[in-house]
Amino acid sequence: MTMQIRVLGPGCSRCKTLAENTVEAVRASGVDATVEEVHDPMEIVALGILTTPALVIDGELVLAGHVPTVLQLQEVLAGRP
Amino acid sequence: MSVKASERRAPPDVSLAAGLLGAGVLWWVLYRINGPFWDWIVYRLAGLAPDGRLGETIHFFVFDTTKILLLLSGIIFVVTVLRSFMSLERTRALLGGKREGLANVAAACLGVATPFCSCSAVPAFMGFVAAGVPLGVTLSFLIASPLVNEIALGMLFTLFGWRIALLYVTAGLTIAVVAGFVLGRMHVERWVEPFVFETKVSAAVSSGVKLTWRERTELGREEAATIVRKVLPYLLIGIALGAVIHGWVPTSFFETYAGPGNPFAVPVAVLVGIPLYSNAAGVLPLVEVLHAKGLGMGTLLAFMMAVVALSLPEMILLRRVLKPKLIAAFVGVVGAGIVFVGYLFNAVLG
Repeated sequence: MTMQIRVLGPGCSRCKTLAENTVEAVRASGVDATVEEVHDPMEIVALGILTTPALVIDGELVLAGHVPTVLQLQEVLAGRP
Repeated sequence: MSVKASERRAPPDVSLAAGLLGAGVLWWVLYRINGPFWDWIVYRLAGLAPDGRLGETIHFFVFDTTKILLLLSGIIFVVTVLRSFMSLERTRALLGGKREGLANVAAACLGVATPFCSCSAVPAFMGFVAAGVPLGVTLSFLIASPLVNEIALGMLFTLFGWRIALLYVTAGLTIAVVAGFVLGRMHVERWVEPFVFETKVSAAVSSGVKLTWRERTELGREEAATIVRKVLPYLLIGIALGAVIHGWVPTSFFETYAGPGNPFAVPVAVLVGIPLYSNAAGVLPLVEVLHAKGLGMGTLLAFMMAVVALSLPEMILLRRVLKPKLIAAFVGVVGAGIVFVGYLFNAVLG
């Protein structure tokens, strides 16, 4: 099944880095996933998230408030069913 | 990072503790030998005279750069690890449904303790207001967060001692509490973009994310590296300016034009500070030098607070949720508070 990854952040530099690292990690680990960036603060808040940048995979919040490296993100992806 | 909380009951991490202890000792040794080391390089090896201007300026630059970098990375590491126990979501839960007054005090204190980057300002503001945290209380939080900067606090403490550090915290918290309370009393809800109140919130979802000590340490290390890299240009400019002033500008120059006796020193310092956008860490080397040159501590703290708390980029971000009138009121109330603190400190500390 295709993994649905959403990168949440209102467009600051850290959010951009997280999005780039995530795309890179998906590519490197070869998982079947879509990466979507969410910039609208209303939508972010509606999800119950205040700390950005944040990463949501298949509706579950996996990290918030910091930007991991591509390698760490690959571990996160690999650890998922 | 994605491991479930139930799998988390790991035994105490001995190698991590040993690593931390080793890093701590190394840090302390470096901090201690910084002075003697540069004395030896600059005065012995390069043969510059310790009382000559050139030698003094160069020594100040290399010594201060090393000292500030050590302090900065150490303090950011400790602060990030401590803060990883707090989150905006937890803070909001603590503040939700509270009445104004005491809640402003709680919000200001939580503003200092909660990890928060300016890019989270808009979602945090909306999330707080939509969850029923009163507007004034939310503003207290938003003001305290940049104003009382824990990195600045740590550095003030090491550079100037606990009295100035304590005064800084007290003043910053007071401004945040009073400004939030005043703005709350002014019923500024009409100056908030209406869609903020229409936002629906679901319960915070981050409760599932729990960190191990190793991850907290890793966070601290990453954060220290990121911030040091980010502020390094400001820092070097600040220290270079400081070194030049230290070596070449006579003390009487600043005492005459900007000493505690000049009533315009504080407002001018605040006005100069608003358009300057820098991290508190980038300003502190300059503050240290100017203080040694006879500028009032109140003037310098006002300058630093204006640089840190009233930044143009954050105003532009907040414009998405606040109408210009509220932004103007925000800048006015916080600016007035900072000017007041400047005068107070100049009067108290001389």
